[in-house]
Amino acid sequence: MVDANASYVRREMLPAQPAPIATGNIAGWIRVNLLATPKDVVLTILALAVLAAVVPSALNWLFIQASWLGSDRSVCATVVQGGIQPDGWKGACWAFVKDRFVQFLFGRYPIDERWRPILVTIMFIVLLTPLLIPKMPRKGLNAVLLFIVFPIVAFFLLHGNAFGLDRVETPLWGGLMVTLILSFVGIAVSFPLGTLLALGRRSKMPVIKTLCVTFIEVIRGVPLITVLFMANVMLPLFLPTGWTIDNFLRALVAVALFASAYMAEVIRGGLQAIPKGQSEGADSLGLGYWQKMRLIILPQAIKLVIPGIVNTFIGLFKDTSLVSIIGMFDLLNIIRLNFTDTAWITPVTPITGLIFAGFIYWLFCFSMSRYSAFMERHLDTAHKR
Amino acid sequence: MKKTLLSAAIGAAVLGFASAASAATLDDVKAKGFVQCGVNTGLAGFAQPDSAGNWKGFDVDYCKAVAAAVFGDATKVKYTPTTAQSRFTALQSGEIDLLARNTTWTVNRDTALGFNFRYVNYYDGQGFMVPKSLNVKSALELSGAAVCVQSGTTTELNLADYFKANKLEYKPVVFEKLEEVNAAYQAGRCDVYTTDQSGLYSLRLSLSNPNDHVILPEIISKEPLAPAVRQGDDKWFDIVTWAGYALVQAEEFGITQANVDDIKKSSTNPDVRRFLGVEKDTKIGTDLGLTNDWAYNIIKGVGNYGEVFERNIGANTPLKIQRGLNALWTKGGLQYAPPVR
Repeated sequence: MVDANASYVRREMLPAQPAPIATGNIAGWIRVNLLATPKDVVLTILALAVLAAVVPSALNWLFIQASWLGSDRSVCATVVQGGIQPDGWKGACWAFVKDRFVQFLFGRYPIDERWRPILVTIMFIVLLTPLLIPKMPRKGLNAVLLFIVFPIVAFFLLHGNAFGLDRVETPLWGGLMVTLILSFVGIAVSFPLGTLLALGRRSKMPVIKTLCVTFIEVIRGVPLITVLFMANVMLPLFLPTGWTIDNFLRALVAVALFASAYMAEVIRGGLQAIPKGQSEGADSLGLGYWQKMRLIILPQAIKLVIPGIVNTFIGLFKDTSLVSIIGMFDLLNIIRLNFTDTAWITPVTPITGLIFAGFIYWLFCFSMSRYSAFMERHLDTAHKR
Repeated sequence: MKKTLLSAAIGAAVLGFASAASAATLDDVKAKGFVQCGVNTGLAGFAQPDSAGNWKGFDVDYCKAVAAAVFGDATKVKYTPTTAQSRFTALQSGEIDLLARNTTWTVNRDTALGFNFRYVNYYDGQGFMVPKSLNVKSALELSGAAVCVQSGTTTELNLADYFKANKLEYKPVVFEKLEEVNAAYQAGRCDVYTTDQSGLYSLRLSLSNPNDHVILPEIISKEPLAPAVRQGDDKWFDIVTWAGYALVQAEEFGITQANVDDIKKSSTNPDVRRFLGVEKDTKIGTDLGLTNDWAYNIIKGVGNYGEVFERNIGANTPLKIQRGLNALWTKGGLQYAPPVR
């Protein structure tokens, strides 16, 4: 029998509560996220004050005062500096970016031949897009086309000197085109090579293991800029007179090897996270080493380290700007090159150019980051927290 | 078969065939059909690609003059952009045939590095720029100053020597890229900016208030900027040198890109006729290993020294550099060509 008089049993109904504060609409969202406690209120006010101080002047500089049209420095310089703007004028010089935009994309690639990089870009997008969409069929064929056929076709298209195309030497290549080629080759080479190196490092065969460990540790132990500098300044002195290796190729090899060493360590981290039982299970099914790796271990390991892999890719993408050391003009350097052009040299040209470069880099890195987040969700079959 | 074609193509792309032996640069240049010229990676007025990607500038025109002398066609040049550090290796290794990159002629570079210089295409000197607000009238008042300077240049060494010789303290603020030095000076990270005077002019264009800065009167170094070639190939060295002297001589004769055809036809001055290769039995061009109209080709291709100067860095360009030391010797400058005969 239940004691109805026990002090812990309520005897009357609770009074009706007010309706819960709506959190679905904007007012509710603001209340919950910005004004929940007095501390939040203070922080919100502070943040708004900072935004109010910074945003209007930034917008003013970036858009309202900015100079959009023109073909030389006078539109971005004040009267004192030899231009047409009133004294005290400050604003972005987008006219500069507009005037040199095509150069930022292709570098000094001959104007009549620029349909070639454009065609390569279209091919790249057409091949990459279906590969990125999980639902699209025939991934194997698509990958072969993108990573084996496409580079060969792209090489002949860009470099020419075959099939009736004029030769366009690599010193003429530049701009975003070079940044993307370096990144694409770096990524396309480093992923498989890094995987092999990671497997090699965990191998029980002493020769392979030593080779892989040596390669990874030597490459990781030297800054990329040193390798590039050696390749550019020292290598020609070792080669027999009259033989030069293309500068661009040196950069490609250096960047690809570099990324591979880092990639190997990222993937090794994933391999180590796979319990031994998985390997033993595969063994008990009678799978050989490569079958085991391909079907059981690597799919799980790589899924685990997607953030690390994308981190390496993003780092690689930005590291490509180091090729300035060997006199190549990637996106950042072709922009910087134009800072000293007498046609455009003004106080605001460099900052505008750098903001533009930063925006382009951000666009690519952010896309990679978003795609990796999508892939993580898509492949998330277990371990979810 | 396909594989062979592919590997051959890749091989050709990978291994460019540069000069086989330093002893015959002219033959190599003629065989490959262009002059491979090392230029700056970007210096206002001296070497700079325009919006179409064509290199323009004072040093670039020198490369063109050499190409015009060799091929009769000023466009037969390929440019290798070189940094302050990589320029010497590029020349030593045979990657380039000629270095026209605002390089100061010093005895060390002439001997130990194994280069040859003779014709100076631009007489420069190192100067200082300071903000007016510092109230400095002379470089000797700069004790304790933070000085912005580019690394790997004679500028950096001259700076050290100058301050040491005058027993002054200073704090170097060193950057690799000229534009970084510029940015640092504008941001006030240093009190003094030092570089060749030609560089000070281009810096002034990027200052938000050019009138707030003064260039101090002291010129602390001699900076004869001269094109360089590898030592040990006198024939090529002669061509590169005389291409420069031809520019100067043309200005002295008053021959310009516009009037060279007329003068070639109508001139009766034997000096001019010899120079342009129309005088009977003249052998100047063939002795150089070129054709006798070599000087005509240079002037037709790029103009005379004065035209090259005015077009790229002179009073009508944003740089507004005065001729100064680079005026002809007849006008009080140092540009003097030995007789062409």
